[in-house]
Amino acid sequence: MDFYDILFWILSVMAVGCALGVVLSRNPIHSVIFLILTFFAISGHYLIMNAQFLAIVNIIVYAGAIMVLFLYILMLMNLNADAEPQKGLLVQIAGILSGGTLFLVLLAATKSAHNEEINKVSTNVGLITNLGKLLFTKYVLPFEISSVLFLTAMIGAIVIGKKEPQLKNGEEHIA
Amino acid sequence: MPVTSSNYLILSLLLFSIGIMGTLIRRNAIIIFMCIELMLNAVNLLLVHFSHLNGDVDADSQIFVFFIMVVAAAEVAVGLAIIAMMYRKVHSVDVNILNRLKH
Repeated sequence: MDFYDILFWILSVMAVGCALGVVLSRNPIHSVIFLILTFFAISGHYLIMNAQFLAIVNIIVYAGAIMVLFLYILMLMNLNADAEPQKGLLVQIAGILSGGTLFLVLLAATKSAHNEEINKVSTNVGLITNLGKLLFTKYVLPFEISSVLFLTAMIGAIVIGKKEPQLKNGEEHIA
Repeated sequence: MPVTSSNYLILSLLLFSIGIMGTLIRRNAIIIFMCIELMLNAVNLLLVHFSHLNGDVDADSQIFVFFIMVVAAAEVAVGLAIIAMMYRKVHSVDVNILNRLKH
């Protein structure tokens, strides 16, 4: 049991516990906080697996930008904790059962995979120098296409969120 | 007991299954969306782990994780806009209200 193993177990317990907190907590704000903690745990995993750039990007993009967007929408809607109606007990049990069954099926499918020990050597493959070189040589086309995708998503969000023009008299309201 | 590759596999599968359960048992559209993010992150973790298991010879799988993050960010922008519009129309984020779409 060396430092790597201890770090792995701490981060794993943190990730799974906070993921359960996302699903189980009544208050949506608490769910967001738990999800941010899960992302921090996953970033810690990236760090011990030589993916330093991804760890930072995970914190900046996910915990920093995406979750703030979620919080912003939640605050905008001012949802109360008890406002959310519960699904029926039968549906909840069915959901947990099917999720657990999926877990067991995937576990059984991957049981025969090689069980290797992790090499704990630190390399610099995940540093920005390496990834940047790869991103601008081998993967330059997907990189540029993803920038167009971002532009499309931005325009799409604006178009969807725009206020609709007031309906004139006599016009059918489609709802 | 040293950490092996199956430990990471089980961790990722657990996170993914928790995400699936969340999408199935919750009715709040925003929580469901967050559970989808959780599933994406479980897959990212497994991809980085496979890259690490392969001896870190190249960073291709880390580039793939990077692109998954890009697509997730675009998805969140559009999805939250749709949820905000839905809230403006029906004053609720309950997904059961949306089942009128099937009529």
